[in-house]
Amino acid sequence: MVESKHSWKAWLYLAPAIVLLLVFTVWPIINTVRMAFLDDYSGLEEVGGTVFNFGVGNFIKVVQYQRFLDCLKTTSILCIATVPISTILALLIAVALNSIKVLQKFLQTVFFLPYVTNSIAIGMVFAAMFNIVGSFLGTENELVVTAGVINNVIEFFGGTHVNWINVGSTYAANIFVMVVYIVWNALPFKILILLGGLQSINKQYYDAAKVDGTSKGRILRKITVPLLSPMLAYVVITGFIGGFKEYTSIIGIFGETMGPADASGRLNTMVGFIYDALASNKQGRASAAALILFGIILVVTLINLQVSKKKVHY
Amino acid sequence: MKVQLQNITKIFPSRNKKSKELVTAVNDFTFTVPDGKLIGLLGPSGCGKSTTLYMISGLEKPTSGKIFFGEDDVTELPPEKRGIGLVFQNYALYPHMTVRQNILFPLQNLKGEDKLTKEQMLDHVDEVTKLVQLEQYLDRKPNQMSGGQQQRVAIARALVKMPRVLLLDEPLSNLDARLRLQTREEIRRIQRETGITTIFVTHDQEEAMSISDMIVVMKLGVIQQVGEPQEVYDNPVNLFVSKFLGTPPINVFNGRISGEKLYIGEEEIASAEGKEDMDVYVGIRPEGFIVDPNGKLTCNLESREVMGRDVSIVSNHPESANPIVRSIVDSESVFDMDAQTIKYNIKKSKMFVFNKETEERVFFEGDKLPYHLTQYLEEIKSEETQTEENTQEDNA
Repeated sequence: MVESKHSWKAWLYLAPAIVLLLVFTVWPIINTVRMAFLDDYSGLEEVGGTVFNFGVGNFIKVVQYQRFLDCLKTTSILCIATVPISTILALLIAVALNSIKVLQKFLQTVFFLPYVTNSIAIGMVFAAMFNIVGSFLGTENELVVTAGVINNVIEFFGGTHVNWINVGSTYAANIFVMVVYIVWNALPFKILILLGGLQSINKQYYDAAKVDGTSKGRILRKITVPLLSPMLAYVVITGFIGGFKEYTSIIGIFGETMGPADASGRLNTMVGFIYDALASNKQGRASAAALILFGIILVVTLINLQVSKKKVHY
Repeated sequence: MKVQLQNITKIFPSRNKKSKELVTAVNDFTFTVPDGKLIGLLGPSGCGKSTTLYMISGLEKPTSGKIFFGEDDVTELPPEKRGIGLVFQNYALYPHMTVRQNILFPLQNLKGEDKLTKEQMLDHVDEVTKLVQLEQYLDRKPNQMSGGQQQRVAIARALVKMPRVLLLDEPLSNLDARLRLQTREEIRRIQRETGITTIFVTHDQEEAMSISDMIVVMKLGVIQQVGEPQEVYDNPVNLFVSKFLGTPPINVFNGRISGEKLYIGEEEIASAEGKEDMDVYVGIRPEGFIVDPNGKLTCNLESREVMGRDVSIVSNHPESANPIVRSIVDSESVFDMDAQTIKYNIKKSKMFVFNKETEERVFFEGDKLPYHLTQYLEEIKSEETQTEENTQEDNA
């Protein structure tokens, strides 16, 4: 124990961290809860002297919004599609990386590059790749020629080009592009974690398996995956948490319209909804939506933990 | 299954990438493990004993030389095709599987003709768990078991496929002293019951001596001596072997042979008929001393440790290579603890003389020649020619 006459010193040294946490984390959380439970709360009006009633009106309004439900749907679809795909891909890439000797360090760097690249920039590149008209926009060839790399490849193999993200594109096509982008963007972190996990598995387990003539597939299923399960659980849980907070990736590809020009806002997500509410000075509604999002993430994480308790060994 | 190692050499590239120095872990190792015997590979750490074991298992490939199991050349075979069971130093039990799943695992890998039905597999597991006496622990996870139990699970997993050769890497090093005694008996019993040729690696001479049919003493990748444990102990070929075997360790004195007599300091210990003058080390086992007021060797008395049946006398001698000279004598030996010195006679069979330069044994008249590697190899060769002759006769 620190002697009491010295304890003010301890508090002094802790002060910078505590002050920052109080101002930027603790107070906002408390304030969010307060605003969420004041009907139709608006910061501007409060300054103007309006008094708000305590109640759950914000929550009721939010869940009655079709726009909110659409955001919830898009977010959920993206989450459910991207987390398993990116986790499995990351696992396979990590196992492959771990088993090669030549160029391992180089490839590790290559796979890690997306992590240190600005996601808006990546989004713009993806948007160009999936574009249908690209630089021909506005010319007389606009709708005849495809310039996006992806469509070029499709046409090279004899398919017809797909309208991925432009005017007139379908919701499914938009979601497909988002899934590809989010998976690609999520890989580096997952590969890093799983590779770290793989490298900490005792090599003797593999020697033992080798002596017993275990096939590669069986080693992966029966030894690597179970021994990696704590890392896999971590990657899946953080994946879901990140997935429900998806926002910048949509901006990266579709810009602030959050959708093709003729269907703006179609790909809006929960976080997008919260930002919109804030922008229109409806802090009460934004806070309610934020708490709902928090609730959803909490429930999903609890389910994840419950499942992983059964599946994660030791 | 006889395991034959012919001129096995293993050279590792240096760990340090910058230096191109090569490390010779095992150097020209030639030895044949007789069928159904328990063999201990013994040596200090870094002597290449584990590398030898891993080369037999197939996890390491020898740089040169050949390995035969029976008549089959297995040098190029991968581990799974050699029919071996390997027990790792830290057991390498899969932590996420129960004991039953761990033992089943090798059986589930079998493919094609060897494939077993579920019932057959469980029969095998029953059989082998009975052998290692783990029947009631089948549903436990490894981390819910003691070290000794884990060890037995590892042995069961190695045995369940009925390997031709069982290999154990430092099988007792992770156990506490009591369990070690128990487990080594257990290993001995299991080996006897199954009759599987077993090779184990250890740095603990007591462990190797107590259960092996034959020990191979190694130093820096080279075989020093092979033979039955007692034989090697009683008749070491060089200073290293004599020092490595035995607890408490052998007492080493600086001595010399002069005028066909062996001296330690100024005291004449024994006659050395027909020997040239030279500087020597004289090794005397602790049990080789007899307290005798008219003895030939005089030591400065330090203390006495009573161990019940025996008495351990700690003394020192100016010519001793170690700080103390420890002797173990009968508790009925009478001597005066207050005296400054103690005099000993030396049992001739417990005293070994080594050339100071080469550290090789100098044999005296009446010494039995040790059962040495060359002799052993000749025996194998003659055995082989005999069997060849037999087969030729059979053919005729």
